[in-house]
Amino acid sequence: MSVTLDIRLKRANKVYHEGELVAGVILLVCKEPLQHHGVSLNLEGLVNLQLSSKSVGVFEAFYNSVKPIQLISSNIEVAKAGKIPGGKTEIPFEFPLNTKGNKVLYETYHGVFVNIQYTLRCDMKRSLLAKDLSRSCEFIVHSQPQKAKVVPTPVNFTITPDTLQNSRERSAVPKFLVRGKLDATNCVISQPLTGELVVENSDVPIKSIELQLVRVETCGCAEGYARDATEIQNIQIAEGDVCHGLPIPIYMVFPRLFICPTLETTNFKVEFEVNVVMVLHDDHLITENFPLKLCRV
Amino acid sequence: MAAVQWRSSGRSYDAELQRCRPEFAPVDFGDYHPLKAITVTDTKTRRGARKGSTSSSCSSSSSSVPPDPLSSLMDGTDPLSMFAAAETPAITHSASAGDLGKKKKEEEAVGADFEPWSLKRGEILARFTTTEKLSINLFMGSDRGKAPSPGPSAVSEKVRTRLEELDDLEEGSQKELLNLSQQDYANRIEELNQSLKEAWSSDQKVKALKIVIQCSKLLSDTSVIQFYPSKFVLITDILDTFGRLVFDRIWTMCSDPRTLPESFTVDDVNDTAKETCLNWFFKIASIRELLPRLYVEAAILKCNRFLNKSGIQETLPRLTAMIRGIGDPLVAAYARAYLCRVGMEVAPQLKDSLNRNFFDLLGSFRQISSESVQNQLVLQRVEVPEYLTLYSPAINWILQCIAYRAPEPLLMEMMERCKKLGNNALLLNSVMRAFRAEFVAARATDFIGMIKDCDEAGFPKHLLFGSLGRSVACADPPESERLTILNEAWKVVTKVRSPQDYINCAEIWVEFTCRHFAKREVNTVLADIIKHMTPDRAFEDAYPQLQSVIRKILTYFQDFSVLFSMERFLPFLDMFQKDSVRVEVCRSIMEVFIKNQVDPTRDPVILNAMLHICKTMHDSVNALTLEDEKRSLSLLIIGFIRMVSFGRDFEQQLSFCVEARASFCNLESVLVQLIHTVNTLAMETSSVMRGNHSRKTAAFVRACAAYSFITVPSLSSIFSRLSLYLLSGQVALANQCLSQADAFLKAAVSLLPDVPRSITVEGKLRSSESFLLDFINNFLSTLLVVPDHPEHGVLYLVRGLLNMVQDYSWEESSDAKVRVYISALPLLAAMSQESYLYSIPKVDSNETLYGGDPKFLSEINKLCETLIGQILDQLKTLGRDEQSARRQASMAFSLFGVLLAHGDLRNNKLSQLFVNLWNLSQKHGHSETRVSVRTLDFLKLQSQQADMSHLSETVQRLALQTRT
Repeated sequence: MSVTLDIRLKRANKVYHEGELVAGVILLVCKEPLQHHGVSLNLEGLVNLQLSSKSVGVFEAFYNSVKPIQLISSNIEVAKAGKIPGGKTEIPFEFPLNTKGNKVLYETYHGVFVNIQYTLRCDMKRSLLAKDLSRSCEFIVHSQPQKAKVVPTPVNFTITPDTLQNSRERSAVPKFLVRGKLDATNCVISQPLTGELVVENSDVPIKSIELQLVRVETCGCAEGYARDATEIQNIQIAEGDVCHGLPIPIYMVFPRLFICPTLETTNFKVEFEVNVVMVLHDDHLITENFPLKLCRV
Repeated sequence: MAAVQWRSSGRSYDAELQRCRPEFAPVDFGDYHPLKAITVTDTKTRRGARKGSTSSSCSSSSSSVPPDPLSSLMDGTDPLSMFAAAETPAITHSASAGDLGKKKKEEEAVGADFEPWSLKRGEILARFTTTEKLSINLFMGSDRGKAPSPGPSAVSEKVRTRLEELDDLEEGSQKELLNLSQQDYANRIEELNQSLKEAWSSDQKVKALKIVIQCSKLLSDTSVIQFYPSKFVLITDILDTFGRLVFDRIWTMCSDPRTLPESFTVDDVNDTAKETCLNWFFKIASIRELLPRLYVEAAILKCNRFLNKSGIQETLPRLTAMIRGIGDPLVAAYARAYLCRVGMEVAPQLKDSLNRNFFDLLGSFRQISSESVQNQLVLQRVEVPEYLTLYSPAINWILQCIAYRAPEPLLMEMMERCKKLGNNALLLNSVMRAFRAEFVAARATDFIGMIKDCDEAGFPKHLLFGSLGRSVACADPPESERLTILNEAWKVVTKVRSPQDYINCAEIWVEFTCRHFAKREVNTVLADIIKHMTPDRAFEDAYPQLQSVIRKILTYFQDFSVLFSMERFLPFLDMFQKDSVRVEVCRSIMEVFIKNQVDPTRDPVILNAMLHICKTMHDSVNALTLEDEKRSLSLLIIGFIRMVSFGRDFEQQLSFCVEARASFCNLESVLVQLIHTVNTLAMETSSVMRGNHSRKTAAFVRACAAYSFITVPSLSSIFSRLSLYLLSGQVALANQCLSQADAFLKAAVSLLPDVPRSITVEGKLRSSESFLLDFINNFLSTLLVVPDHPEHGVLYLVRGLLNMVQDYSWEESSDAKVRVYISALPLLAAMSQESYLYSIPKVDSNETLYGGDPKFLSEINKLCETLIGQILDQLKTLGRDEQSARRQASMAFSLFGVLLAHGDLRNNKLSQLFVNLWNLSQKHGHSETRVSVRTLDFLKLQSQQADMSHLSETVQRLALQTRT
């Protein structure tokens, strides 16, 4: 006897905000009537912290102490023990997305060391002979829009061998001059990062210019913290020896799930940066770093 | 059975004719007659004027057109067609998810006068080819191992590899295919196209996307640069497929419960579809490499319509700007071409981004001469001019998009911009190709100036002139400038060294010359082409172009007297030395000639030239030529022969035929036509002389006969020989050439034994019997008027024929011989009349020669008796066998019919035979009752006539067999 259990959310994009109702149906499909010992639905929001392998040695003691932080949890019984008729059964449900106390619902974020995730889990208890059924479904929480208005502040930059900071042999670096502008570093998450960049001149032909989006995750507590920067995505904006003097657009769409408004809490931090990376033909790598402040409006 | 005495019944043909004529009554004007022309003077159909009325919905005169009761019953349109009318939009509606609706829409947006990409596609594939080995490099996972990660500090190695492993799970990490020939390459790409479709249909969307990304990545590889345009074509096909798949999928997602209208807006799209669409865009936005990101996003540009109104409008300029990031100018140019193409398809009203693209292209134009490009060219051993031509398809396309329905000032501005870039030849070429021909033609002189100013080293000038020529050939430059244009252009064209380049360019300019100038200029041009193409037999490699020259000349010069008066035309034809091409060309000339020559001609120039051309065609015929080929060649030559007429100069015509016979001896149907022509000639002469030949014309007519007489034997088909002998014999007879006629007929008779028993008709083996019988009957009817030869015996030809028939090896089981005998009887009966049924003016037939001499009549009767004896013998033979009873019956009935019509039944014996035959035919029940009954009726009717009373008695004796 086959049963399928599924959770269908009302919203196609599964995005909810604090204070809203998470509504949907539990869908049961079975061919024959089905005996069960109760169906329950569980909503949970968790922050998972993990330490990077690099830091494990240092913080071994404290490693185990990093427990998931629960943001929200509630449980309802959808159906009491009984029988479900054969065919398709839809059981509607609603959850208010409210926190207890002064807890804040952080925005959904999938990172490497920090994960903020909200799930709905439906469990169906059955008699001893049959296995319990379970189904979970992630939904996405967007944090409340920021009240203050975001005023874009353009950032101009110039990259020359002289502006480089950690090059060992400054003399070996070929000459080049790149001017550019980011339209803003305090970005709205739903809008792309824009700007432009002009290669004024370069002695060695350019191989590629890329935008690297980096997350900087910090986990820690009083005893210490671990800070790790990892790449989220890398977008090439120029390939080959581009025309000098011609502005090349900088344009990057922020990916969903892997990004959230810049977040700072007592236990962890999630920040973002963008690197403008220029690869020259002789494999010189020139990087200019810009910290970003992301928000949602 | 004792010999039967034959008596022919006497006939009075005039009286019989009178009797047969039906009475006729004159029809008055107003009377109704079914065959009278119907004249409708005024018909108005007022539909639905009165409900349900069957009358007065039509008003017609002449009474013969009754109102259509069906249509007049209808109140307005009939319900069925009303249904249909209501249904059609609904049907197209539901089908609109398919191609039909979409195609229609695209056409509306762009218009039919826009040369679509599909036309260019094939052209590019054919033009940009290579013999170099190609390679496809597909990283079906991520690009591991390619360039160490650019952010050394940023990425944790572990995470990276882990992600890559995830990616690689699906398919092998990387595929590199080396040493592919061009064809292999195309096949590979097609395979990828297939696997894309497969992946899509098996719901592996991610795999599909990966394939597309990998394919578009190939476009950044310029290693075999000559092949790049073709590669672009192949790969953009895949992108198009992908774009279509994605669009259709999202479309169907919104089509539940009802299909989306063609002009849907964002509000019609449901959330799930929007989400899916958005997902695609997010996925594509995160593609690492520039080129795939650009191409794939362009491919699904149309899907923006699902998300928001202004999506396309915003995306196009962004993608346009994005192309600036492509370093390689060729890759960038083609990316622009693709964007323009997609843009034109999806949003043709957005001209701005097209222009933007072009200006960006101009802005980055100096890249072409950059060091990295030059290094690449040296490495690949590609010359600069060749490299530059690689750009033309892309730039042409961009300019074509811009120029499409663009206002004049914009075109002027574009031109000025190109000028500013130091008259860059490549651009100039594309401008001339892409802009409206009228626009270019009107400024042809300016363009010539600009072309002259161009740098010779870069782009070959002959290509520039070629493009200009194409424009001025299809649009008219100002009248006053035409000659200067031609002179200036030809000055350059004639200096082109390479014959191939020269002919490519000259071919284009020939059209301009033909269109605007007369034969003198065209002649000069032809002379120049001959001069260029003759050395080293350069024409051998240029047949297609030379053929196209001929085609163009033929399009504009359809008066062949003008055409052939061009001195250089025939020498030009001489350049086609490969047989197949030569015949092809001749054929095309002949086709035009037959189509356009309305009046017969005697122009010696035309005749000479055409004879030459026809002879060329004829000479191409050999043992291996196919039957069909021969037939079509023959038809063309025959068409020419029929167009030749020397008017009253018959002798000239005859000598033409003699010449033609010598020239076309291998094509039988041409010879047949020639014989017909000569026979017609003889008859025309006779009609001109009103039947009275003078000595001179008599000699001429005899010459015609002689011509036919010696031509016929060279034919291989025995039946055409026979019929031509007969026909020519008749013609000779009509022209009072008795001995010639005799000879023809004798020849025909002596040919009879050679007729094979079976012949091939349309490829199938058939018995020749029916043909032979037909011919003999025809022949017999001619023999009536042929006078006997004074030196031979009576009825010499008839006897000869019958002897031949007797000796001919007929098929065992056929009655053909006897049938001939039966049909000879009416002839003999007709011969024994006092005055014959028909005769030839000015030729004395046997009636006059013998004047009803009893000896002659008895000869005839004797002959008849012999024949009847033979027939009866055969009847007897047939009687022995049960199976042949039916044959016997039908033969007996035939003879019965002949006796009835031609025999004198007052004779007792004959009458007895008559009755016996009837009984014989009825004996076994094989006769057709209906025919028998009608025959009896006829006999009874006949017997009522005054001189036929003897029949009534006979009729009594004919019993009708009853079937039980």
